[in-house]
Amino acid sequence: MNLTLLILIPLLTAVAILFSKELKQVRAIALGGALIQLLLAFVFLYLYLQARAGGNNSPMLFEDNYAWFTALHINYHVGVDGISLAMILLTALVVVAGVLVSWTMENMNKEFFFLLLLLSLGAYGFFISLDLFTMFFFLELSVIPKFLLIGIWGSGKKEYSGMKLALMLMGGSALVFIGLAGLYFNTAVAGGSYTFDLMEIAALDIPVDVQKIFFPFAFLGFGIFTAIFPFHTWVPDGHASAPTAASMFLAGISMKLGGYGCLRVATFLMPEGAEAWSWVIILLSTIAIIYGAFATMMQTDLKYINAYSSVSHCGFVLLGIGMLTQTSITGAVLQMVSHGLMTALFFAAIGMIYSRTHTRQVAQLGGLLKVMPFISSVFVIAGLCSLGLPGFSGFVAEMTVFMGSWQNPDPWYRLATILACASIVVTAVYILRATGKTIMGPINDNHKMIGDAGWNEKLAALLLISGIVVIGVVPFWLNDLIQPGTTLIMTKFFK
Amino acid sequence: MSTYLYIALIPLLPLVSFLLLGLFGRKYFRSSAGALGTMALAASTIISFAAAYQYFFIDGKADGIYQKIVPFSVSWLPFSESLSIDMGVLLDPISIMMLVVVSFVSLMVHIFSLGYMKGEERFSTYYSFLSLFTFSMLGLVLSSNIFQIYMFWELVGVSSFLLIGFYFDKPTAVAAAKKAFIVTRFADFGFLVGILILSYYSNTLDFPTLIEKLSDPGSEASLAISSAGFLGISAFTWALALVFMGGAGKSAMFPLHIWLPDAMEGPTPVSALIHAATMVVAGVYLVARLFPVFSTNDTALTLISYTGVISALIAAIIACTQTDIKRVLAYSTMSQIGYMMFALGLNPESGDNNLGYMASMFHLFTHAFFKSLLFLGAGAIIHFVHSNDMRDMGGLRKWMPLTHATFLIACLAIAGIPPFAGFFSKEEILLAAYDSNMIIYFIALITGALTAFYMFRLYFSIFWNKDSTHTADHGEGPLSMKVPLVILAIFTLVAGLLPFSEYITANGAPIETHINLGFSIAPVLLAITGTILAGWLYKTPGDKPAKLAAALGGLYRAAYHKFYIDEIYLFITKKVLFNLVGKPAAWFDRNIVDGTMNGMAAVTAKISWLTKGIQNGRVQSYALWFFGGVAALSVLFIYLWK
Amino acid sequence: MSSIPLTHILFVSTALFFIGMYGLFTRRNMITMLMSVELILNSVNINFVAFNKYLYPDKLDGIFFSLFIITIAAAEAAVAIAIIINLYRSHHSIDVEDATEMKY
Repeated sequence: MNLTLLILIPLLTAVAILFSKELKQVRAIALGGALIQLLLAFVFLYLYLQARAGGNNSPMLFEDNYAWFTALHINYHVGVDGISLAMILLTALVVVAGVLVSWTMENMNKEFFFLLLLLSLGAYGFFISLDLFTMFFFLELSVIPKFLLIGIWGSGKKEYSGMKLALMLMGGSALVFIGLAGLYFNTAVAGGSYTFDLMEIAALDIPVDVQKIFFPFAFLGFGIFTAIFPFHTWVPDGHASAPTAASMFLAGISMKLGGYGCLRVATFLMPEGAEAWSWVIILLSTIAIIYGAFATMMQTDLKYINAYSSVSHCGFVLLGIGMLTQTSITGAVLQMVSHGLMTALFFAAIGMIYSRTHTRQVAQLGGLLKVMPFISSVFVIAGLCSLGLPGFSGFVAEMTVFMGSWQNPDPWYRLATILACASIVVTAVYILRATGKTIMGPINDNHKMIGDAGWNEKLAALLLISGIVVIGVVPFWLNDLIQPGTTLIMTKFFK
Repeated sequence: MSTYLYIALIPLLPLVSFLLLGLFGRKYFRSSAGALGTMALAASTIISFAAAYQYFFIDGKADGIYQKIVPFSVSWLPFSESLSIDMGVLLDPISIMMLVVVSFVSLMVHIFSLGYMKGEERFSTYYSFLSLFTFSMLGLVLSSNIFQIYMFWELVGVSSFLLIGFYFDKPTAVAAAKKAFIVTRFADFGFLVGILILSYYSNTLDFPTLIEKLSDPGSEASLAISSAGFLGISAFTWALALVFMGGAGKSAMFPLHIWLPDAMEGPTPVSALIHAATMVVAGVYLVARLFPVFSTNDTALTLISYTGVISALIAAIIACTQTDIKRVLAYSTMSQIGYMMFALGLNPESGDNNLGYMASMFHLFTHAFFKSLLFLGAGAIIHFVHSNDMRDMGGLRKWMPLTHATFLIACLAIAGIPPFAGFFSKEEILLAAYDSNMIIYFIALITGALTAFYMFRLYFSIFWNKDSTHTADHGEGPLSMKVPLVILAIFTLVAGLLPFSEYITANGAPIETHINLGFSIAPVLLAITGTILAGWLYKTPGDKPAKLAAALGGLYRAAYHKFYIDEIYLFITKKVLFNLVGKPAAWFDRNIVDGTMNGMAAVTAKISWLTKGIQNGRVQSYALWFFGGVAALSVLFIYLWK
Repeated sequence: MSSIPLTHILFVSTALFFIGMYGLFTRRNMITMLMSVELILNSVNINFVAFNKYLYPDKLDGIFFSLFIITIAAAEAAVAIAIIINLYRSHHSIDVEDATEMKY
């Protein structure tokens, strides 16, 4: 199988949408495309497991390598390992769910679905790239659709939010590019030629001084995508203004691009740099976790609640990476997948509530369990996953991060771990506040007649829930899947 | 030991019932949910009894000692080579005992609820939550791995949350559910950090290995954990204190007890199951599970015993002043758990605290029966009166003879009057306390008198006192509500006579116990005094209680307001955490962090506004600039760069 | 026969160039601006022819370039006048200052 299919399918779907006529056709094509993507992701998972079971131990599978621009040694080089595959599965699931919740999109639906698929294309391209420049290309490709999605279909101060998001992410990209360029121009040191190839750079010994200079650029750049403190403020505004599906994509997929980049590019290629700067990462991520949690507690808008909690939860991803133990990095990857599914589910539930009650203010809601038991249950499940209930993916991911972090024996890092653990209490507070005020309690008189979820919303929610539950109940398969990937990264640390 | 494989069925049956009822209950099992859940649990209970029989009487013993058996354990989430969360089953005397207690009490509650919750709109949801709770609780007691117990620990927490908040449109119920979850979550945070510390030094998460490594003071792991320290206290003590914090939160020990009285907002059978007999003793169970480790650390033991005894006393005092019958029972639960807790923490000079351990477990066992009986009786009363307040009741013995009889048995048991179950277990606890710590012994003695007083205050207020004005529009309740009362009453009568010390002890070997009549005189006399006092005050209506309250003045008011502990918490959370941490954090984010970002954007915009004059759209001025530039460069190149 | 020195011719072309430049910068009337551009082009033409004649008399490159420029100037004038006419139709003015719709 050819990995390029993962780029081609969204592209073909997007083009086909441009030639279709009305909403029914558009959404049918979009859903068809999304389902093919999902199928494809599972096919790759199957083939990957087969290959691994068959004793294929090469770090990357399904590799393809074509020269793209020889003068700068830019190649179209793709390949996946378990980590990328987990991300691809996440993307495919969220895309299907995103298409399903936008089923009744009336306004400019053709362009909307086109941009959604373009966004997914960027994400896939990013996750499968093994060439730094190609990776950067796809990273950029996924930024612009977000701007348009928020600016056109958003709500509230959408132009401001869209602009803020696009500018901050572009700023992040600029930092990333400095990091990449720094790496590129130092690849010829050992007598080789310049290269953008990730695996080739990994095999080189980039001088430690160079790593120390360029690691912060790359990490911070990718970190902005993952809402690193203090560059997280695009998250609340962006998520709050975005239409439901865009929020799901943004938090579910887009924020993961950053985490993946931090891991795959910054940490993997510049291990000494990572070691030198890890205290900063820990500091910033611990602040993000605690402070994000407390800031969430004060929010009154459901989308702001989830957006701030995303800041807090993505802090776990960065914390896991910053701790630099294999378990903690595994935890970071688990947290990326888990948070992607969970937050997409949360946004889907919020979108469903909003489309019926036309408010997201906690104070104006209440007792929704009575009129929409399904959506309320989805909301509660998302909330429980968010506060790390066993049986859902959040628990698995958070505990792995905690266990991994604790293995780092530095007392200050231990303190950071304890503080991060403390956030589970605050998480419980804000999740239960939100649940108690929207789902439980007396119902608002205006909301007594509204109905429950439609088939498309039910399907979307069930899809995401099944992902969360599968990871939560049988975490070992995902753990096994990403283990070789993290082992590969750790080999850079124990030379 | 594949012969124990069937044990996995015990928690799995309720799980299946939860999934069935949770997913399809509203559609397909609207009326049959109760029967389905009850049947699944009945099967579990039968298997539990069979397992207990097999373990205690057939093959649990080797060389006269009951063994710890791990019939199976699968790696569920590996963290590193030696650390992994395993899903396993650990069988030892206490887990088997808990298995029996939990499944049996749960079955009684399931049956009772058939009548009590009849006609409820979310009947199937109720049973699915009950099944979820039972599954989690059974999983908790069977856990073979400290992280596995933590998982089920969280699951029982959430099922308790769901059940307390079952009447979700009642704001007080929602608030109580939230409070219960958050307070226990806070305690669980300690538990989690404790696990992290223990696992780091012992390099394992499995109970048997962990206990083996840390209970031997000479072992490498023990030396490492005892020599490391933080703030002058050894890592070992920290870890144990933090694990105990988790247990104290679940078991509603002072000062983490504030959630338990509020949790009475849930349906009464739920209170009987979760907040009386099973979940709240999880903390005691956890300490008992790690007992060999705890018993090597004196500081942790002292902490446990004093926390326990203070909780017992405070709860007993508060219980004397409350008027909501469920709250009185909640405080009495807290008080009784205090007994179990301090018994575990006793540290006799003569050596191991085997007697305390046995007594604690014995009390846990008997308490489960008489306390769930009390709660179910209270449920029947509330069902009849439609009120929780004992001032609305009185003279009910005429209307509810069966409830009256069973309630009286339970009251006698909890007061420690022989020959009811509570007498025997309490006696052992007092004996153990007498051997090691006289302060604790005397506090326990006083608490015993108070227990008798408040229980009989409750009893006389409900069943005697003023004559009820009730017109019997319905009877005492359906059969499904009466049967559990009778069964539990029988257990309350006989449970104390079991030769408990032969089966359930700290090291698995039987110990000798005997009832010392001379020793029993003091506690029994005190209990009878309390009973008589309560009878004098409350048997007939009058102003004696009010006069007494006035005479006690400040003490009464403080106790009535639960010693203002709720207010202190409210102050800390609302005033300190919300206003001093949360609000500033949100403000800081909106104004400082986001302000910086917006400021950067604004500065950029300002600069472009200032410089946009150059870009005026006039091609002529562009050309002029262009030409001027060319001219300047030409001059530069021609004259300066020779 | 004493020939005219090159400098004289260059002086003329430079003068022509700057006159064109001045006209291009100061005039607001589009026709005048177009005429100024033509002046500049013609000054270049003179330069080409003059250099060809004086420096490389045996080659024709400079002449060719002049011819190209004349052709292009014609085409350019046609396009420019078309634009000007269209502008006049929409704005009733051929003052460059009057078309400001696309200005920031």
